[in-house]
Amino acid sequence: MALKAARNAVRVRGAQAGDLGQVIEIDAGITGLRKPEYWGEILQRYGSGRRQQRFFLVADAAGRIEGFVIGEVRDWEFGSPPCGWVFAISVRPDARQGGVGTRLLEAICDGFRRLGVTKVRTMLSRDNHLILSFFRSQGMMAGPFIPLEKDLEP
Amino acid sequence: MRLQKNTLAALYSVLEFAAHPERQLSAAGIARKYRISPHHLSKVLRSLGRAGLVESARGVGGGYRFTGNAKRLTLLDVIGLYEDISAPRRSGRKSARREAEPGGAAAIEVEEAVAVVLAEIDEIAKATFRSITLDTMLKLIGRRRK
Repeated sequence: MALKAARNAVRVRGAQAGDLGQVIEIDAGITGLRKPEYWGEILQRYGSGRRQQRFFLVADAAGRIEGFVIGEVRDWEFGSPPCGWVFAISVRPDARQGGVGTRLLEAICDGFRRLGVTKVRTMLSRDNHLILSFFRSQGMMAGPFIPLEKDLEP
Repeated sequence: MRLQKNTLAALYSVLEFAAHPERQLSAAGIARKYRISPHHLSKVLRSLGRAGLVESARGVGGGYRFTGNAKRLTLLDVIGLYEDISAPRRSGRKSARREAEPGGAAAIEVEEAVAVVLAEIDEIAKATFRSITLDTMLKLIGRRRK
Protein backbone atom coordinates (compact mmCIF):
# COMPACT_ATOMS: atom_id res chain seq x y z
CA MET A 1 0.00 0.00 0.00
CA ALA A 2 2.76 2.43 1.05
CA LEU A 3 4.77 1.36 -1.99
CA LYS A 4 1.84 2.10 -4.29
CA ALA A 5 1.29 5.51 -2.69
CA ALA A 6 4.98 6.38 -3.07
CA ARG A 7 4.94 5.32 -6.70
CA ASN A 8 1.83 7.38 -7.42
CA ALA A 9 3.31 10.49 -5.82
CA VAL A 10 6.13 10.50 -8.37
CA ARG A 11 5.86 11.93 -11.86
CA VAL A 12 8.41 10.83 -14.46
CA ARG A 13 9.25 13.52 -17.00
CA GLY A 14 12.10 14.73 -19.18
CA ALA A 15 15.02 16.33 -17.36
CA GLN A 16 15.30 20.11 -17.54
CA ALA A 17 18.12 22.53 -16.75
CA GLY A 18 16.56 23.32 -13.36
CA ASP A 19 16.86 19.65 -12.31
CA LEU A 20 20.60 19.48 -12.84
CA GLY A 21 21.59 20.59 -9.33
CA GLN A 22 19.60 17.79 -7.73
CA VAL A 23 20.83 15.23 -10.26
CA ILE A 24 24.45 16.22 -9.51
CA GLU A 25 23.71 15.95 -5.79
CA ILE A 26 22.14 12.47 -6.12
CA ASP A 27 25.05 11.23 -8.23
CA ALA A 28 27.66 12.75 -5.90
CA GLY A 29 25.93 11.20 -2.87
CA ILE A 30 26.16 7.75 -4.45
CA THR A 31 29.50 7.88 -6.26
CA GLY A 32 31.31 10.33 -3.95
CA LEU A 33 32.30 12.46 -6.97
CA ARG A 34 30.79 15.83 -8.00
CA LYS A 35 30.81 16.08 -11.78
CA PRO A 36 28.92 19.24 -12.76
CA GLU A 37 30.60 19.56 -16.16
CA TYR A 38 29.84 15.97 -17.06
CA TRP A 39 26.18 16.37 -16.10
CA GLY A 40 25.95 19.63 -18.03
CA GLU A 41 27.12 17.78 -21.14
CA ILE A 42 24.73 14.91 -20.51
CA LEU A 43 21.84 17.37 -20.27
CA GLN A 44 22.95 18.99 -23.53
CA ARG A 45 23.03 15.64 -25.28
CA TYR A 46 20.11 13.84 -23.67
CA GLY A 47 17.90 16.53 -22.12
CA SER A 48 14.28 17.16 -23.10
CA GLY A 49 13.62 17.51 -26.79
CA ARG A 50 17.24 17.14 -27.89
CA ARG A 51 17.04 14.01 -29.94
CA GLN A 52 14.21 11.57 -30.37
CA GLN A 53 16.35 8.53 -29.68
CA ARG A 54 17.79 9.85 -26.40
CA PHE A 55 16.19 9.94 -22.98
CA PHE A 56 17.11 11.70 -19.76
CA LEU A 57 14.17 11.27 -17.40
CA VAL A 58 13.72 12.30 -13.78
CA ALA A 59 11.33 11.14 -11.07
CA ASP A 60 9.77 14.30 -9.68
CA ALA A 61 7.97 14.19 -6.32
CA ALA A 62 6.53 17.69 -5.89
CA GLY A 63 9.75 19.36 -7.00
CA ARG A 64 12.13 16.95 -5.29
CA ILE A 65 14.02 14.84 -7.80
CA GLU A 66 14.04 11.30 -6.38
CA GLY A 67 16.01 9.67 -9.17
CA PHE A 68 16.88 9.68 -12.84
CA VAL A 69 17.47 7.37 -15.77
CA ILE A 70 19.40 7.94 -18.98
CA GLY A 71 19.49 5.89 -22.14
CA GLU A 72 19.14 5.85 -25.87
CA VAL A 73 18.30 3.72 -28.84
CA ARG A 74 21.44 2.54 -30.59
CA ASP A 75 21.29 1.17 -34.10
CA TRP A 76 23.29 -1.81 -35.25
CA GLU A 77 25.90 -1.49 -32.56
CA PHE A 78 27.93 -4.71 -32.29
CA GLY A 79 25.82 -5.99 -35.19
CA SER A 80 22.65 -5.84 -33.09
CA PRO A 81 19.33 -4.59 -34.49
CA PRO A 82 18.24 -1.28 -32.90
CA CYS A 83 17.77 -1.69 -29.16
CA GLY A 84 17.39 0.48 -26.09
CA TRP A 85 20.42 1.00 -23.86
CA VAL A 86 20.09 2.17 -20.29
CA PHE A 87 23.41 3.54 -19.18
CA ALA A 88 22.54 5.24 -15.90
CA ILE A 89 19.87 4.84 -13.27
CA SER A 90 20.01 6.26 -9.75
CA VAL A 91 17.55 6.74 -6.92
CA ARG A 92 18.16 8.71 -3.74
CA PRO A 93 19.03 6.25 -0.96
CA ASP A 94 16.13 7.51 1.19
CA ALA A 95 13.67 7.03 -1.67
CA ARG A 96 14.61 3.43 -2.45
CA GLN A 97 12.27 0.46 -2.02
CA GLY A 98 9.42 2.75 -3.02
CA GLY A 99 9.11 1.76 -6.68
CA VAL A 100 10.87 4.88 -8.04
CA GLY A 101 13.48 2.88 -9.96
CA THR A 102 10.74 0.69 -11.40
CA ARG A 103 8.79 3.76 -12.57
CA LEU A 104 11.89 5.22 -14.20
CA LEU A 105 12.77 1.99 -15.98
CA GLU A 106 9.17 1.50 -17.12
CA ALA A 107 9.10 5.05 -18.48
CA ILE A 108 12.30 4.74 -20.49
CA CYS A 109 11.18 1.33 -21.79
CA ASP A 110 7.89 2.94 -22.91
CA GLY A 111 9.98 5.51 -24.78
CA PHE A 112 11.99 2.74 -26.45
CA ARG A 113 8.78 0.92 -27.39
CA ARG A 114 7.37 4.04 -29.00
CA LEU A 115 10.45 4.06 -31.22
CA GLY A 116 9.70 0.49 -32.29
CA VAL A 117 12.38 -1.14 -30.17
CA THR A 118 11.67 -4.53 -28.58
CA LYS A 119 14.83 -5.08 -26.56
CA VAL A 120 16.48 -3.18 -23.73
CA ARG A 121 20.05 -3.70 -22.58
CA THR A 122 22.39 -2.39 -19.98
CA MET A 123 25.88 -3.12 -18.72
CA LEU A 124 27.29 -2.68 -15.25
CA SER A 125 30.01 -3.85 -12.97
CA ARG A 126 29.45 -7.33 -11.56
CA ASP A 127 30.42 -5.88 -8.15
CA ASN A 128 27.46 -3.51 -8.29
CA HIS A 129 25.15 -5.90 -6.42
CA LEU A 130 22.45 -3.34 -5.72
CA ILE A 131 21.80 -2.26 -9.29
CA LEU A 132 22.38 -5.76 -10.67
CA SER A 133 19.70 -7.07 -8.30
CA PHE A 134 17.40 -4.23 -9.34
CA PHE A 135 17.70 -5.01 -13.06
CA ARG A 136 17.26 -8.73 -12.32
CA SER A 137 14.10 -7.97 -10.35
CA GLN A 138 12.80 -6.19 -13.45
CA GLY A 139 13.17 -9.40 -15.46
CA MET A 140 16.49 -8.66 -17.14
CA MET A 141 18.70 -11.66 -17.85
CA ALA A 142 22.22 -12.14 -19.22
CA GLY A 143 22.29 -11.20 -22.89
CA PRO A 144 24.16 -12.79 -25.79
CA PHE A 145 27.11 -10.40 -25.58
CA ILE A 146 30.21 -10.78 -23.45
CA PRO A 147 32.12 -7.63 -22.51
CA LEU A 148 35.87 -7.91 -22.96
CA GLU A 149 38.67 -5.54 -22.06
CA LYS A 150 42.39 -5.28 -21.63
CA ASP A 151 44.91 -2.84 -20.26
CA LEU A 152 46.57 -0.73 -22.91
CA GLU A 153 50.27 -0.64 -22.34
CA PRO A 154 51.97 2.66 -23.11
CA MET B 1 27.23 -26.40 -13.80
CA ARG B 2 25.27 -28.89 -11.72
CA LEU B 3 23.99 -28.36 -8.22
CA GLN B 4 24.06 -31.06 -5.55
CA LYS B 5 20.86 -32.66 -4.27
CA ASN B 6 21.15 -30.81 -0.96
CA THR B 7 21.40 -27.48 -2.75
CA LEU B 8 18.35 -28.20 -4.89
CA ALA B 9 16.35 -29.34 -1.85
CA ALA B 10 17.32 -26.12 -0.06
CA LEU B 11 16.26 -24.03 -3.07
CA TYR B 12 12.90 -25.84 -3.34
CA SER B 13 12.36 -25.15 0.35
CA VAL B 14 13.36 -21.50 0.56
CA LEU B 15 11.39 -20.67 -2.58
CA GLU B 16 8.35 -22.48 -1.16
CA PHE B 17 8.72 -20.54 2.08
CA ALA B 18 9.32 -17.24 0.26
CA ALA B 19 6.19 -17.77 -1.83
CA HIS B 20 4.13 -18.25 1.37
CA PRO B 21 5.97 -16.26 4.03
CA GLU B 22 2.96 -16.16 6.34
CA ARG B 23 2.53 -19.93 6.44
CA GLN B 24 4.15 -22.67 8.48
CA LEU B 25 5.16 -25.48 6.17
CA SER B 26 5.94 -29.05 7.11
CA ALA B 27 8.96 -30.94 5.83
CA ALA B 28 6.60 -33.72 4.73
CA GLY B 29 4.51 -31.28 2.68
CA ILE B 30 7.52 -29.82 0.88
CA ALA B 31 9.00 -33.30 0.32
CA ARG B 32 5.71 -34.49 -1.22
CA LYS B 33 5.41 -31.49 -3.52
CA TYR B 34 8.97 -31.77 -4.86
CA ARG B 35 9.19 -35.58 -4.68
CA ILE B 36 12.22 -35.73 -2.46
CA SER B 37 13.00 -37.84 0.59
CA PRO B 38 11.45 -36.35 3.80
CA HIS B 39 14.38 -37.66 5.79
CA HIS B 40 16.86 -35.93 3.50
CA LEU B 41 14.80 -32.73 3.49
CA SER B 42 14.66 -32.66 7.30
CA LYS B 43 18.44 -32.50 7.37
CA VAL B 44 18.43 -29.70 4.81
CA LEU B 45 15.81 -27.74 6.79
CA ARG B 46 17.88 -28.12 9.94
CA SER B 47 20.86 -26.65 8.13
CA LEU B 48 18.69 -23.78 6.83
CA GLY B 49 17.60 -23.25 10.43
CA ARG B 50 21.22 -23.08 11.58
CA ALA B 51 21.84 -20.48 8.86
CA GLY B 52 18.93 -18.42 10.21
CA LEU B 53 16.75 -18.72 7.12
CA VAL B 54 13.94 -20.76 8.70
CA GLU B 55 12.86 -21.57 12.23
CA SER B 56 10.92 -24.52 13.51
CA ALA B 57 7.44 -23.59 14.59
CA ARG B 58 5.92 -25.05 17.70
CA GLY B 59 2.29 -25.73 18.34
CA VAL B 60 -0.43 -27.30 16.23
CA GLY B 61 0.99 -28.78 13.07
CA GLY B 62 4.55 -27.73 13.84
CA GLY B 63 6.66 -27.30 10.73
CA TYR B 64 8.91 -24.45 9.72
CA ARG B 65 8.51 -20.74 9.17
CA PHE B 66 10.55 -18.48 6.87
CA THR B 67 12.68 -15.93 8.71
CA GLY B 68 14.58 -14.54 5.75
CA ASN B 69 13.79 -11.55 3.56
CA ALA B 70 12.92 -12.69 0.04
CA LYS B 71 13.86 -9.29 -1.40
CA ARG B 72 17.33 -9.49 0.14
CA LEU B 73 18.23 -13.17 0.24
CA THR B 74 20.07 -14.19 -2.92
CA LEU B 75 20.72 -17.49 -4.64
CA LEU B 76 24.35 -17.15 -3.57
CA ASP B 77 23.29 -16.98 0.10
CA VAL B 78 21.52 -20.33 -0.25
CA ILE B 79 23.78 -22.10 -2.73
CA GLY B 80 26.86 -21.01 -0.79
CA LEU B 81 25.66 -23.03 2.21
CA TYR B 82 26.09 -26.27 0.27
CA GLU B 83 28.43 -25.65 -2.66
CA ASP B 84 32.04 -24.61 -2.37
CA ILE B 85 31.78 -22.06 -5.15
CA SER B 86 34.34 -19.74 -3.67
CA ALA B 87 37.05 -22.38 -3.46
CA PRO B 88 39.98 -21.60 -5.71
CA ARG B 89 40.26 -24.08 -8.50
CA ARG B 90 43.36 -26.17 -8.78
CA SER B 91 45.76 -23.38 -9.44
CA GLY B 92 48.57 -25.33 -10.96
CA ARG B 93 50.82 -24.19 -8.15
CA LYS B 94 54.42 -24.72 -9.02
CA SER B 95 56.31 -27.21 -7.01
CA ALA B 96 59.99 -27.77 -7.37
CA ARG B 97 59.35 -31.52 -7.67
CA ARG B 98 56.79 -31.17 -10.48
CA GLU B 99 58.89 -28.66 -12.36
CA ALA B 100 61.77 -31.08 -12.29
CA GLU B 101 59.66 -33.84 -13.87
CA PRO B 102 59.95 -34.24 -17.66
CA GLY B 103 57.29 -31.94 -19.14
CA GLY B 104 56.41 -30.71 -15.65
CA ALA B 105 57.05 -27.03 -16.34
CA ALA B 106 55.03 -27.15 -19.57
CA ALA B 107 52.07 -28.77 -17.80
CA ILE B 108 52.21 -26.17 -15.04
CA GLU B 109 52.12 -23.35 -17.59
CA VAL B 110 48.98 -24.73 -19.21
CA GLU B 111 47.32 -25.43 -15.87
CA GLU B 112 47.99 -21.89 -14.70
CA ALA B 113 46.47 -20.42 -17.85
CA VAL B 114 43.45 -22.72 -17.54
CA ALA B 115 43.08 -21.65 -13.90
CA VAL B 116 42.81 -18.01 -15.03
CA VAL B 117 39.95 -18.93 -17.38
CA LEU B 118 38.18 -21.04 -14.74
CA ALA B 119 38.49 -18.23 -12.20
CA GLU B 120 36.81 -15.92 -14.72
CA ILE B 121 33.91 -18.37 -15.07
CA ASP B 122 33.63 -18.67 -11.28
CA GLU B 123 33.47 -14.92 -10.86
CA ILE B 124 30.69 -14.62 -13.43
CA ALA B 125 28.75 -17.49 -11.80
CA LYS B 126 29.06 -15.91 -8.37
CA ALA B 127 27.99 -12.49 -9.63
CA THR B 128 24.97 -14.08 -11.29
CA PHE B 129 23.90 -15.99 -8.16
CA ARG B 130 24.48 -12.89 -6.04
CA SER B 131 22.29 -10.71 -8.26
CA ILE B 132 19.19 -12.91 -8.09
CA THR B 133 17.04 -12.65 -4.98
CA LEU B 134 14.40 -15.21 -4.01
CA ASP B 135 11.77 -12.63 -4.91
CA THR B 136 13.27 -12.34 -8.41
CA MET B 137 13.37 -16.15 -8.70
CA LEU B 138 9.66 -16.34 -7.84
CA LYS B 139 8.94 -13.79 -10.57
CA LEU B 140 11.06 -15.80 -13.01
CA ILE B 141 9.17 -18.99 -12.15
CA GLY B 142 5.88 -17.11 -12.57
CA ARG B 143 6.91 -15.81 -16.01
CA ARG B 144 7.97 -19.27 -17.17
CA ARG B 145 4.61 -20.70 -16.04
CA LYS B 146 2.71 -18.37 -18.41
